[in-house]
Amino acid sequence: MEFFGWLNDQLLRMQWLSDLVTLLVRDGLGMDMSSRWGGSVHFFIYDVIKIFILLSVLIFAISYVQSYFPPERTRRILGQRRGMGANVTAALLGTITPFCSCSSIPLFIGFTSAGLPLAVTFSFLISSPLVDLASVILLASIFNWGIALAYVAIGLVLAVLGGALIGWLRLEGQVEDFVFQSPVSDYDNDGVISRSERIEFAGAQVTEIAHRVWLYVLIGVGIGAAIHNWIPQDYITALLGQDKWWSVIVATLAGVPMYADIFGTLPIAEALVQKGVGLGTALTFMMAVTALSLPSMIMLKRVVKLPLLLTFIAIVTLGIILIGIVINVAAPLFM
Amino acid sequence: MNIKILGSGCKKCVALADNARDAAQSAGLSAEIEKVTDIVEIAGFGIMSTPALVIDGKVVSTGKVLSAAEISALLK
Repeated sequence: MEFFGWLNDQLLRMQWLSDLVTLLVRDGLGMDMSSRWGGSVHFFIYDVIKIFILLSVLIFAISYVQSYFPPERTRRILGQRRGMGANVTAALLGTITPFCSCSSIPLFIGFTSAGLPLAVTFSFLISSPLVDLASVILLASIFNWGIALAYVAIGLVLAVLGGALIGWLRLEGQVEDFVFQSPVSDYDNDGVISRSERIEFAGAQVTEIAHRVWLYVLIGVGIGAAIHNWIPQDYITALLGQDKWWSVIVATLAGVPMYADIFGTLPIAEALVQKGVGLGTALTFMMAVTALSLPSMIMLKRVVKLPLLLTFIAIVTLGIILIGIVINVAAPLFM
Repeated sequence: MNIKILGSGCKKCVALADNARDAAQSAGLSAEIEKVTDIVEIAGFGIMSTPALVIDGKVVSTGKVLSAAEISALLK
Protein backbone atom coordinates (compact mmCIF):
# COMPACT_ATOMS: atom_id res chain seq x y z
CA MET A 1 0.00 0.00 0.00
CA GLU A 2 2.84 2.34 0.87
CA PHE A 3 4.54 1.39 -2.37
CA PHE A 4 1.36 2.10 -4.28
CA GLY A 5 1.11 5.50 -2.63
CA TRP A 6 4.69 6.27 -3.56
CA LEU A 7 4.05 5.16 -7.14
CA ASN A 8 0.96 7.34 -7.28
CA ASP A 9 2.85 10.37 -5.97
CA GLN A 10 5.82 9.98 -8.25
CA LEU A 11 4.25 8.76 -11.48
CA LEU A 12 0.89 10.47 -11.45
CA ARG A 13 1.38 13.53 -9.29
CA MET A 14 5.01 13.76 -10.36
CA GLN A 15 6.29 14.87 -6.98
CA TRP A 16 9.82 14.56 -8.36
CA LEU A 17 9.01 17.12 -11.03
CA SER A 18 7.54 19.51 -8.51
CA ASP A 19 10.70 19.19 -6.37
CA LEU A 20 12.89 19.68 -9.42
CA VAL A 21 10.98 22.80 -10.49
CA THR A 22 11.21 24.11 -6.91
CA LEU A 23 14.98 23.73 -7.12
CA LEU A 24 15.03 25.53 -10.44
CA VAL A 25 12.79 28.41 -9.36
CA ARG A 26 14.33 28.87 -5.87
CA ASP A 27 17.98 28.19 -6.49
CA GLY A 28 18.28 28.61 -10.24
CA LEU A 29 16.22 31.77 -10.63
CA GLY A 30 16.67 32.93 -7.04
CA MET A 31 12.94 33.50 -6.49
CA ASP A 32 11.16 33.30 -3.20
CA MET A 33 8.83 30.31 -3.40
CA SER A 34 6.35 31.88 -1.02
CA SER A 35 6.09 35.04 -3.12
CA ARG A 36 3.43 35.48 -5.76
CA TRP A 37 5.85 35.44 -8.64
CA GLY A 38 7.75 32.43 -7.34
CA GLY A 39 4.51 30.54 -6.84
CA SER A 40 3.18 31.48 -10.28
CA VAL A 41 6.37 30.54 -12.07
CA HIS A 42 6.50 27.21 -10.24
CA PHE A 43 2.84 26.43 -10.99
CA PHE A 44 3.31 27.32 -14.64
CA ILE A 45 6.50 25.36 -15.32
CA TYR A 46 5.47 22.34 -13.27
CA ASP A 47 1.96 22.11 -14.72
CA VAL A 48 3.01 22.63 -18.32
CA ILE A 49 5.67 19.91 -18.15
CA LYS A 50 3.42 17.55 -16.22
CA ILE A 51 0.50 17.96 -18.62
CA PHE A 52 2.68 17.44 -21.68
CA ILE A 53 4.27 14.29 -20.24
CA LEU A 54 0.87 12.86 -19.30
CA LEU A 55 -0.64 13.96 -22.60
CA SER A 56 2.03 12.19 -24.64
CA VAL A 57 1.90 8.94 -22.71
CA LEU A 58 -1.89 8.88 -22.49
CA ILE A 59 -2.66 9.86 -26.07
CA PHE A 60 -0.27 7.19 -27.22
CA ALA A 61 -1.96 4.52 -25.12
CA ILE A 62 -5.49 5.59 -26.06
CA SER A 63 -4.69 5.87 -29.73
CA TYR A 64 -3.27 2.37 -29.70
CA VAL A 65 -6.54 1.05 -28.30
CA GLN A 66 -8.50 3.30 -30.67
CA SER A 67 -6.84 1.75 -33.68
CA TYR A 68 -8.96 -1.34 -32.94
CA PHE A 69 -12.16 0.69 -33.14
CA PRO A 70 -12.43 2.72 -36.34
CA PRO A 71 -15.85 4.37 -36.73
CA GLU A 72 -17.03 1.70 -39.17
CA ARG A 73 -16.47 -1.01 -36.59
CA THR A 74 -18.06 1.08 -33.84
CA ARG A 75 -21.10 1.51 -36.05
CA ARG A 76 -21.29 -2.24 -36.71
CA ILE A 77 -21.07 -3.05 -33.00
CA LEU A 78 -23.75 -0.51 -32.15
CA GLY A 79 -26.02 -1.74 -34.93
CA GLN A 80 -26.15 -5.14 -33.25
CA ARG A 81 -27.51 -3.85 -29.93
CA ARG A 82 -31.00 -2.87 -28.97
CA GLY A 83 -32.58 -0.68 -26.32
CA MET A 84 -30.64 0.64 -23.37
CA GLY A 85 -27.87 -1.86 -24.03
CA ALA A 86 -27.11 0.04 -27.20
CA ASN A 87 -26.96 3.34 -25.28
CA VAL A 88 -24.60 1.89 -22.70
CA THR A 89 -22.38 0.42 -25.42
CA ALA A 90 -22.40 3.74 -27.27
CA ALA A 91 -21.38 5.63 -24.14
CA LEU A 92 -18.58 3.13 -23.47
CA LEU A 93 -17.31 3.17 -27.05
CA GLY A 94 -17.42 6.96 -26.90
CA THR A 95 -14.70 6.83 -24.25
CA ILE A 96 -12.19 5.12 -26.53
CA THR A 97 -13.02 6.74 -29.82
CA PRO A 98 -11.15 9.69 -31.25
CA PHE A 99 -12.92 12.91 -30.95
CA CYS A 100 -12.42 16.31 -32.31
CA SER A 101 -15.28 18.55 -33.26
CA CYS A 102 -14.25 18.17 -36.90
CA SER A 103 -15.06 14.44 -36.81
CA SER A 104 -18.40 14.64 -35.01
CA ILE A 105 -20.44 15.56 -38.09
CA PRO A 106 -19.25 12.75 -40.38
CA LEU A 107 -19.82 10.36 -37.46
CA PHE A 108 -23.31 11.70 -36.90
CA ILE A 109 -24.18 11.37 -40.60
CA GLY A 110 -22.53 7.95 -40.88
CA PHE A 111 -24.36 6.56 -37.85
CA THR A 112 -27.74 8.05 -38.70
CA SER A 113 -27.73 7.16 -42.39
CA ALA A 114 -26.90 3.56 -41.48
CA GLY A 115 -30.06 3.44 -39.38
CA LEU A 116 -28.71 3.79 -35.85
CA PRO A 117 -31.34 5.39 -33.61
CA LEU A 118 -30.77 9.00 -32.51
CA ALA A 119 -30.70 7.81 -28.89
CA VAL A 120 -27.60 5.72 -29.55
CA THR A 121 -25.85 8.31 -31.69
CA PHE A 122 -26.35 11.01 -29.06
CA SER A 123 -25.15 8.76 -26.24
CA PHE A 124 -21.99 8.39 -28.28
CA LEU A 125 -21.73 12.10 -29.10
CA ILE A 126 -22.12 13.10 -25.44
CA SER A 127 -19.67 10.57 -24.04
CA SER A 128 -17.02 11.01 -26.69
CA PRO A 129 -15.63 14.43 -25.75
CA LEU A 130 -16.59 14.15 -22.09
CA VAL A 131 -14.99 10.95 -20.90
CA ASP A 132 -11.81 9.28 -21.99
CA LEU A 133 -8.89 7.47 -20.50
CA ALA A 134 -6.82 10.65 -20.53
CA SER A 135 -9.33 12.50 -18.40
CA VAL A 136 -9.41 9.65 -15.87
CA ILE A 137 -5.66 9.53 -15.40
CA LEU A 138 -5.34 13.32 -15.38
CA LEU A 139 -8.03 13.63 -12.73
CA ALA A 140 -6.35 10.91 -10.70
CA SER A 141 -3.11 12.81 -11.06
CA ILE A 142 -4.44 16.17 -9.98
CA PHE A 143 -7.08 15.07 -7.49
CA ASN A 144 -7.35 11.38 -6.63
CA TRP A 145 -8.67 8.07 -7.94
CA GLY A 146 -12.03 8.36 -6.21
CA ILE A 147 -12.76 11.61 -8.01
CA ALA A 148 -11.49 10.25 -11.31
CA LEU A 149 -13.74 7.19 -11.19
CA ALA A 150 -16.72 9.22 -10.00
CA TYR A 151 -16.21 11.56 -12.97
CA VAL A 152 -16.22 8.65 -15.42
CA ALA A 153 -19.26 7.00 -13.88
CA ILE A 154 -21.18 10.28 -13.89
CA GLY A 155 -20.11 11.13 -17.45
CA LEU A 156 -21.31 7.74 -18.67
CA VAL A 157 -24.64 8.06 -16.86
CA LEU A 158 -25.14 11.49 -18.42
CA ALA A 159 -24.37 10.08 -21.88
CA VAL A 160 -26.70 7.09 -21.50
CA LEU A 161 -29.61 9.05 -20.04
CA GLY A 162 -29.12 12.11 -22.27
CA GLY A 163 -29.13 9.92 -25.38
CA ALA A 164 -32.11 7.90 -24.14
CA LEU A 165 -34.06 11.09 -23.46
CA ILE A 166 -33.38 12.42 -26.95
CA GLY A 167 -34.54 9.08 -28.36
CA TRP A 168 -37.66 9.11 -26.22
CA LEU A 169 -38.58 12.59 -27.50
CA ARG A 170 -38.73 11.16 -31.05
CA LEU A 171 -36.91 13.99 -32.77
CA GLU A 172 -36.01 12.07 -35.93
CA GLY A 173 -37.98 14.63 -37.95
CA GLN A 174 -35.57 17.29 -36.71
CA VAL A 175 -32.63 15.81 -38.58
CA GLU A 176 -31.83 17.41 -41.94
CA ASP A 177 -33.22 15.26 -44.74
CA PHE A 178 -29.96 14.78 -46.60
CA VAL A 179 -28.55 12.88 -43.62
CA PHE A 180 -30.95 9.98 -44.15
CA GLN A 181 -30.26 10.00 -47.87
CA SER A 182 -26.49 9.87 -47.48
CA PRO A 183 -25.02 6.66 -48.82
CA VAL A 184 -23.33 4.21 -46.51
CA SER A 185 -19.87 3.61 -47.90
CA ASP A 186 -18.90 0.05 -48.68
CA TYR A 187 -15.32 0.99 -47.95
CA ASP A 188 -14.61 -1.24 -45.00
CA ASN A 189 -12.11 0.11 -42.56
CA ASP A 190 -12.33 -2.76 -40.11
CA GLY A 191 -9.16 -2.06 -38.21
CA VAL A 192 -7.18 -5.06 -39.35
CA ILE A 193 -3.76 -3.50 -39.43
CA SER A 194 -0.36 -4.56 -38.22
CA ARG A 195 1.10 -3.73 -34.85
CA SER A 196 3.69 -1.42 -36.36
CA GLU A 197 0.92 0.48 -38.13
CA ARG A 198 -0.93 0.84 -34.82
CA ILE A 199 2.23 2.17 -33.17
CA GLU A 200 2.78 4.54 -36.05
CA PHE A 201 -0.83 5.71 -35.83
CA ALA A 202 -0.55 6.24 -32.06
CA GLY A 203 2.67 8.22 -32.50
CA ALA A 204 1.10 10.37 -35.19
CA GLN A 205 -1.91 11.04 -32.95
CA VAL A 206 0.38 12.27 -30.14
CA THR A 207 2.08 14.75 -32.49
CA GLU A 208 -1.18 15.88 -33.98
CA ILE A 209 -3.02 16.36 -30.70
CA ALA A 210 -0.05 18.04 -29.03
CA HIS A 211 0.06 20.36 -32.02
CA ARG A 212 -3.61 21.11 -31.71
CA VAL A 213 -3.83 21.66 -27.96
CA TRP A 214 -0.52 23.15 -26.84
CA LEU A 215 -1.81 26.69 -26.99
CA TYR A 216 -4.92 25.77 -24.97
CA VAL A 217 -2.72 24.07 -22.39
CA LEU A 218 -0.49 27.15 -22.05
CA ILE A 219 -3.53 29.44 -21.76
CA GLY A 220 -5.19 27.05 -19.30
CA VAL A 221 -2.11 26.80 -17.11
CA GLY A 222 -1.61 30.58 -17.36
CA ILE A 223 -5.16 31.18 -16.12
CA GLY A 224 -4.62 28.50 -13.47
CA ALA A 225 -1.42 30.23 -12.28
CA ALA A 226 -3.23 33.58 -12.19
CA ILE A 227 -6.10 32.15 -10.15
CA HIS A 228 -3.62 30.34 -7.94
CA ASN A 229 -1.51 33.33 -6.99
CA TRP A 230 -3.05 36.61 -8.07
CA ILE A 231 -6.81 36.69 -7.79
CA PRO A 232 -7.81 37.18 -4.15
CA GLN A 233 -9.53 34.16 -2.69
CA ASP A 234 -12.41 36.34 -1.51
CA TYR A 235 -13.32 37.31 -5.05
CA ILE A 236 -13.41 33.72 -6.20
CA THR A 237 -15.33 32.34 -3.26
CA ALA A 238 -17.76 35.26 -3.43
CA LEU A 239 -18.69 34.18 -6.95
CA LEU A 240 -18.05 30.45 -6.93
CA GLY A 241 -17.71 29.51 -3.24
CA GLN A 242 -19.00 26.24 -1.85
CA ASP A 243 -21.80 28.00 0.03
CA LYS A 244 -23.13 29.68 -3.10
CA TRP A 245 -25.90 27.62 -4.62
CA TRP A 246 -25.57 29.38 -7.95
CA SER A 247 -21.84 28.59 -8.33
CA VAL A 248 -22.52 25.48 -10.42
CA ILE A 249 -24.80 27.39 -12.76
CA VAL A 250 -22.28 30.20 -13.22
CA ALA A 251 -19.51 27.68 -13.94
CA THR A 252 -21.64 25.81 -16.47
CA LEU A 253 -22.85 28.88 -18.32
CA ALA A 254 -19.30 30.25 -18.45
CA GLY A 255 -17.94 26.96 -19.73
CA VAL A 256 -20.49 26.02 -22.38
CA PRO A 257 -19.48 28.44 -25.17
CA MET A 258 -15.77 27.90 -24.54
CA TYR A 259 -13.80 25.60 -26.70
CA ALA A 260 -10.87 23.74 -25.22
CA ASP A 261 -10.16 20.20 -24.34
CA ILE A 262 -9.62 18.53 -21.04
CA PHE A 263 -5.89 19.18 -21.05
CA GLY A 264 -6.46 22.92 -21.12
CA THR A 265 -9.26 22.99 -18.56
CA LEU A 266 -7.74 20.79 -15.86
CA PRO A 267 -5.19 23.34 -14.61
CA ILE A 268 -8.02 25.85 -14.22
CA ALA A 269 -10.14 23.35 -12.30
CA GLU A 270 -7.15 22.48 -10.15
CA ALA A 271 -6.48 26.10 -9.24
CA LEU A 272 -10.17 26.75 -8.54
CA VAL A 273 -10.40 23.84 -6.11
CA GLN A 274 -7.28 25.01 -4.30
CA LYS A 275 -8.92 28.41 -3.94
CA GLY A 276 -11.90 26.96 -2.12
CA VAL A 277 -14.27 26.41 -5.03
CA GLY A 278 -16.44 23.33 -4.65
CA LEU A 279 -15.23 20.21 -6.42
CA GLY A 280 -18.57 19.85 -8.19
CA THR A 281 -18.34 23.43 -9.44
CA ALA A 282 -14.83 22.91 -10.81
CA LEU A 283 -15.70 19.59 -12.49
CA THR A 284 -18.85 21.17 -13.88
CA PHE A 285 -16.77 23.87 -15.51
CA MET A 286 -14.54 21.19 -17.06
CA MET A 287 -17.49 19.19 -18.33
CA ALA A 288 -19.19 22.26 -19.78
CA VAL A 289 -16.06 23.35 -21.64
CA THR A 290 -15.33 19.91 -23.09
CA ALA A 291 -18.84 18.62 -23.83
CA LEU A 292 -20.32 21.67 -25.51
CA SER A 293 -18.69 24.46 -27.44
CA LEU A 294 -19.74 27.12 -29.89
CA PRO A 295 -17.75 25.65 -32.82
CA SER A 296 -19.23 22.18 -32.35
CA MET A 297 -22.76 23.58 -32.08
CA ILE A 298 -22.32 25.55 -35.29
CA MET A 299 -21.21 22.36 -37.04
CA LEU A 300 -24.02 20.31 -35.57
CA LYS A 301 -26.49 22.91 -36.83
CA ARG A 302 -25.62 21.82 -40.37
CA VAL A 303 -27.08 18.38 -39.82
CA VAL A 304 -29.88 18.86 -37.31
CA LYS A 305 -32.68 21.41 -37.11
CA LEU A 306 -32.83 23.99 -34.36
CA PRO A 307 -35.31 22.22 -32.00
CA LEU A 308 -33.11 19.11 -31.82
CA LEU A 309 -29.96 21.18 -31.38
CA LEU A 310 -31.55 23.18 -28.55
CA THR A 311 -32.86 19.98 -26.93
CA PHE A 312 -29.37 18.50 -27.05
CA ILE A 313 -27.81 21.64 -25.55
CA ALA A 314 -30.51 21.88 -22.88
CA ILE A 315 -30.22 18.23 -21.84
CA VAL A 316 -26.43 18.31 -21.59
CA THR A 317 -26.37 21.69 -19.80
CA LEU A 318 -29.01 20.68 -17.26
CA GLY A 319 -27.33 17.30 -16.79
CA ILE A 320 -24.02 18.96 -16.05
CA ILE A 321 -25.58 21.42 -13.59
CA LEU A 322 -27.31 18.56 -11.78
CA ILE A 323 -24.08 16.57 -11.61
CA GLY A 324 -22.23 19.59 -10.18
CA ILE A 325 -24.78 20.05 -7.44
CA VAL A 326 -24.67 16.35 -6.52
CA ILE A 327 -20.84 16.30 -6.44
CA ASN A 328 -20.72 19.45 -4.32
CA VAL A 329 -22.98 17.80 -1.78
CA ALA A 330 -21.03 14.52 -1.90
CA ALA A 331 -17.58 16.15 -2.10
CA PRO A 332 -16.56 15.35 1.49
CA LEU A 333 -16.68 11.67 0.51
CA PHE A 334 -13.94 12.19 -2.08
CA MET A 335 -11.52 14.75 -0.69
CA MET B 1 -7.53 11.21 -63.34
CA ASN B 2 -9.40 12.94 -60.59
CA ILE B 3 -8.24 12.93 -57.00
CA LYS B 4 -10.45 14.27 -54.26
CA ILE B 5 -9.37 15.08 -50.72
CA LEU B 6 -12.33 14.99 -48.36
CA GLY B 7 -12.00 16.95 -45.14
CA SER B 8 -13.17 20.10 -43.45
CA GLY B 9 -9.86 21.86 -43.95
CA CYS B 10 -7.86 20.63 -41.00
CA LYS B 11 -4.08 20.33 -41.16
CA LYS B 12 -4.29 16.66 -41.99
CA CYS B 13 -6.26 17.38 -45.13
CA VAL B 14 -3.65 19.86 -46.34
CA ALA B 15 -0.91 17.29 -45.70
CA LEU B 16 -2.85 14.61 -47.56
CA ALA B 17 -3.44 16.95 -50.52
CA ASP B 18 0.28 17.79 -50.66
CA ASN B 19 1.22 14.10 -50.59
CA ALA B 20 -1.29 13.32 -53.32
CA ARG B 21 0.12 16.09 -55.49
CA ASP B 22 3.65 14.77 -54.96
CA ALA B 23 2.58 11.22 -55.74
CA ALA B 24 0.82 12.22 -58.94
CA GLN B 25 3.75 14.33 -60.03
CA SER B 26 6.37 11.67 -59.42
CA ALA B 27 4.21 9.14 -61.26
CA GLY B 28 4.02 11.57 -64.16
CA LEU B 29 0.24 11.57 -64.08
CA SER B 30 -1.81 14.58 -64.91
CA ALA B 31 -4.20 14.45 -62.02
CA GLU B 32 -6.73 17.03 -61.06
CA ILE B 33 -6.65 17.46 -57.29
CA GLU B 34 -9.81 18.72 -55.75
CA LYS B 35 -10.46 19.55 -52.10
CA VAL B 36 -13.94 18.80 -50.87
CA THR B 37 -14.58 20.75 -47.68
CA ASP B 38 -18.35 20.90 -47.53
CA ILE B 39 -19.76 18.53 -44.93
CA VAL B 40 -22.82 17.72 -47.00
CA GLU B 41 -20.67 16.80 -49.97
CA ILE B 42 -18.30 14.77 -47.80
CA ALA B 43 -21.26 12.91 -46.35
CA GLY B 44 -22.26 12.11 -49.92
CA PHE B 45 -19.32 9.72 -50.04
CA GLY B 46 -20.60 7.83 -47.02
CA ILE B 47 -17.38 8.09 -45.06
CA MET B 48 -17.01 8.77 -41.36
CA SER B 49 -13.43 9.76 -40.78
CA THR B 50 -11.55 12.51 -42.51
CA PRO B 51 -9.29 13.12 -44.25
CA ALA B 52 -10.31 10.68 -46.92
CA LEU B 53 -8.86 10.09 -50.35
CA VAL B 54 -11.03 9.49 -53.39
CA ILE B 55 -9.49 8.43 -56.69
CA ASP B 56 -11.77 8.60 -59.73
CA GLY B 57 -14.86 8.53 -57.57
CA LYS B 58 -13.78 5.60 -55.41
CA VAL B 59 -12.96 5.94 -51.68
CA VAL B 60 -9.53 4.40 -51.15
CA SER B 61 -8.61 5.59 -47.68
CA THR B 62 -10.29 7.21 -44.69
CA GLY B 63 -9.09 8.75 -41.47
CA LYS B 64 -5.41 8.90 -42.20
CA VAL B 65 -2.76 10.89 -43.97
CA LEU B 66 -1.21 8.55 -46.49
CA SER B 67 2.38 9.20 -47.50
CA ALA B 68 3.23 10.05 -51.10
CA ALA B 69 4.62 6.53 -51.52
CA GLU B 70 1.39 4.94 -50.26
CA ILE B 71 -0.65 7.11 -52.61
CA SER B 72 1.62 6.18 -55.54
CA ALA B 73 0.83 2.53 -54.91
CA LEU B 74 -2.90 3.33 -55.03
CA LEU B 75 -2.54 5.31 -58.24
CA LYS B 76 -1.24 2.33 -60.15
